[in-house]
Amino acid sequence: MAEPTSGLLTEQEAAVYDRQIRVWGVDAQRRLSKARVLVVGIYGVIAEACKNLVLAGIGSLTLMDDTPVTLDAAASNFLVYVDEIQNQGKSVAQVCADAVGDYNPMVRVQVQQGNILEKPIEFLDDYDVVILGRSSLSLRKKVNALCRSRPQRVAFYAVDVRSSCGNLFIDFQTCTFKSQKKDDDKELEYSKKTCSLEESLSVRWNSLPKRASKLFFATRIVDEFEQRENRQPGQLTSSDLPALIAFGTERLQEQGLAMVPAIESLLTKIAENGTFELSPVCAIMGGVLGQEVLKLLSCKGEPIQNYFFFDASDGKGMIEEVTP
Amino acid sequence: MSAMADKEAIENAKVLMVGAGGIGCELLKTLVLTGFKHIHVIDMDTIEVSNLNRQFLFRKRHVGQSKAQVAREAVLRFRPDVDIVAHHANVKSPQFGVGYFQQFNLVLNGLDNLDARRHVNRLCLAADVPLVESGTTGYLGQVTVHMKGTTECYECQPKPAPKTYPVCTITSTPSKPVHCIVWAKDLPFLKLFGDKSLSNDLDVRSSGADSSVEQEEASFFDVQDGESSKAYAARVFDRLFGQNIDIALKNEGAWKERRKPTPLYLDSIWTSEEKYDERADHGSENGHENGSVQEEKPKDDGAALSAMTGLGLKNPQEIWSVKDNARVFLETVRLFLDNRKEELGRLTFDKDDQLAVEFVTAAANLRANSFGIPMQTMFDVKGIAGNIIHAIATTNAIVAGLIVLEALKLLGKDRGASRMTYCLEHASRKLLLMPCEMDVPNPKCYVCSQTPLVLEVNTKTVTLRDVVNKIARKKLGASFPTIMQGYNVLCETGDDIDKHSAAIYEAKLDTKLDALTPVPLVNGVEITIEDLQQEFSCIVHVKHREDFSEEEDDQMRLGGLELLTATTTVVAKDTDVALKATVDVHAASLDEDLVMIDGENAPVVKRKLEERQEPSQKRLKT
Repeated sequence: MAEPTSGLLTEQEAAVYDRQIRVWGVDAQRRLSKARVLVVGIYGVIAEACKNLVLAGIGSLTLMDDTPVTLDAAASNFLVYVDEIQNQGKSVAQVCADAVGDYNPMVRVQVQQGNILEKPIEFLDDYDVVILGRSSLSLRKKVNALCRSRPQRVAFYAVDVRSSCGNLFIDFQTCTFKSQKKDDDKELEYSKKTCSLEESLSVRWNSLPKRASKLFFATRIVDEFEQRENRQPGQLTSSDLPALIAFGTERLQEQGLAMVPAIESLLTKIAENGTFELSPVCAIMGGVLGQEVLKLLSCKGEPIQNYFFFDASDGKGMIEEVTP
Repeated sequence: MSAMADKEAIENAKVLMVGAGGIGCELLKTLVLTGFKHIHVIDMDTIEVSNLNRQFLFRKRHVGQSKAQVAREAVLRFRPDVDIVAHHANVKSPQFGVGYFQQFNLVLNGLDNLDARRHVNRLCLAADVPLVESGTTGYLGQVTVHMKGTTECYECQPKPAPKTYPVCTITSTPSKPVHCIVWAKDLPFLKLFGDKSLSNDLDVRSSGADSSVEQEEASFFDVQDGESSKAYAARVFDRLFGQNIDIALKNEGAWKERRKPTPLYLDSIWTSEEKYDERADHGSENGHENGSVQEEKPKDDGAALSAMTGLGLKNPQEIWSVKDNARVFLETVRLFLDNRKEELGRLTFDKDDQLAVEFVTAAANLRANSFGIPMQTMFDVKGIAGNIIHAIATTNAIVAGLIVLEALKLLGKDRGASRMTYCLEHASRKLLLMPCEMDVPNPKCYVCSQTPLVLEVNTKTVTLRDVVNKIARKKLGASFPTIMQGYNVLCETGDDIDKHSAAIYEAKLDTKLDALTPVPLVNGVEITIEDLQQEFSCIVHVKHREDFSEEEDDQMRLGGLELLTATTTVVAKDTDVALKATVDVHAASLDEDLVMIDGENAPVVKRKLEERQEPSQKRLKT
């Protein structure tokens, strides 16, 4: 990798990255060029995030998803070119790596085969950030815990889009960053901490503010329901709806809350649409996720913590902090 | 999803995308993934290297090709079954008239300039097609929806005017780096390399009050017989940074309240040893790479020439010393004269012209140094001189997603579901993406409500040409204006005017308003300004006035349009943060004298969120 050791960017970097250097500066760009990101499980929203990270010029992007590429994979994923589907035997990761690697030759894009839980634990030491696509709650907890177990910080992001709803969980552990909080303020250094997914899940729901995003509750209910019913994530249909709503009502009650129409309609939408990802929502969630990872890696700009939700039906993109 | 279109409505919809750049690439991708099958794309631009960090449908190998066409081909790779028509053309060209617009269910804008936005807004109003409008700078973005008669049109609300500077600030009393950059771009650059016959507002006062100097000034910048390019560069240097400052200093009154500038002559810069070197071979400060530039042969690609490289200055992020600025100045002049002779006399500043940027950087810094103003890096000068918009991929992707969601709602026919959405850098009340209700049409809008305007003008000094160019084109956004007084056509423009009429109109253009025939345009006369392609028409009342201030050097002021020229920097009342909304920095187009963006490093015009008269009209949709 052509890494400038001095304070200078290469001519090519300066030319290609000109417009974004005007946003975040040369130092941030240099940090990005050394960052290593691992992505596990490739869906539409992940394709969006990969595109954004590669365009921005991170050092390396590693894709992990052995699923053989099919027409289904192409549905919401613009990294899957149709002529590749006939190329049987290629994995989604391989096809996407080829496509996204072509976006920016200054980024090393590669593929890792296998299952992240079966890798030696040192495997994660090669990465600064791990992004987990659609996954079961238990996988999310496990990978998050693995990230936290490493001596060097490995930041953890989990994202999913169900129908027109997007959710993002962030655990960067600690982060020191430079930020200009208001327009004409001086840029200062700040730091932030996040908790693990496990810790965040221990927060009682009725202790959250009244205006908390309803998507927080809906996604929790769906996660737990899928776990209890032993479903693959997204493997829901409208026939599950009565059981899902009953389960949700019960969970809300346990947490000191009651089922409300807004949550019920989110559950309905999620159950009825199964694995479907609405592409504009992928673009929005992949954009926010990409931006957050870039802020963290460049130490520039205040990163959000620790959840972000977007719901196309009300159009709000909302940050929710859920920490013990 | 109930408010949104179903699969069939999406597949049958025909949409027009204007712009295939930062937002456009993202938008085209998201549209086809969402299931849109019939898309027209219009973009007049070709691909540049600086696009590649965000316009992900383009590769280095596409540089120089049509954005619309390459975007179309790239998208067909992952969606071969989509019908995309790409137009490598200007949306303002006559082929895209009201009839063309009427074939679409929706128009989606991903534009980068005010002119084109206004033009498309009018065509959408005329064709009664809903418009989704968008813009981004850095982390900020916004998406708005415009439906004739239901919501405000794009021009119902004020657009921040590009920042302009008084002529005397630029020519005589600069106090900020930007003043020096504007000066360098509009004065020495054009004088040395541009069209000398073009009149320039800066000419008159460029060398102070001494009229004999002004006389001489005109020929001063010509290369004299037998003069070498180096000698010319040195002569021009001493004039611009030495003599002109000395002349200005004579006007002592001007410096009572100000810090006096210091003249800079070449002699004072070099040591005696360097002076010798200078004559010999323009030695660089580091003493290496001497002569390498001189040997360079003229290249086909003039834009690749560089003075700084030859001088051993590699880092565009570094502030050069005064001496280095002087070297760069001399060397750029020499290179223009020796290697780009054929372009001299017709150059205009182009941010992608390396040598031009180097020249402007050096000239601006040398002037800044004289006036005690901090010097700037070439990177920053390029941004300011070129009105470069800060741009990142993520904001464009988010905004494109929001545009498609609005498109789905519009096709779903639930017009009440439409929102304007702000994309913020710092969350406000936990919201990073903030939807707001669209306003109703502004009854005072001269575009969608046809409210008459008042033109205060000195009818004795202003010509019809001024009204056509500065009012009809620039202020009112007419692409091909026609000016009528009752049934008399005073002026008509466009490609389809016959020669005979064109000659008649041309003859009238330089007539003062009060001398026009058959009816002079004097106090109390009413005129109509139209653009037939845009189906735009506006009634303007003429009001004679003579007491314009020095800064209103056009001797004109369009009233009822105060909103359009308002420059505002206000904090939104309804939110905790100041919102720098996305605005038309490019409105400050490069050919306009003294039009510059505000701020020393951030080309962002601030606009408050609740700029409306009634802050309560806009509220969060809960």
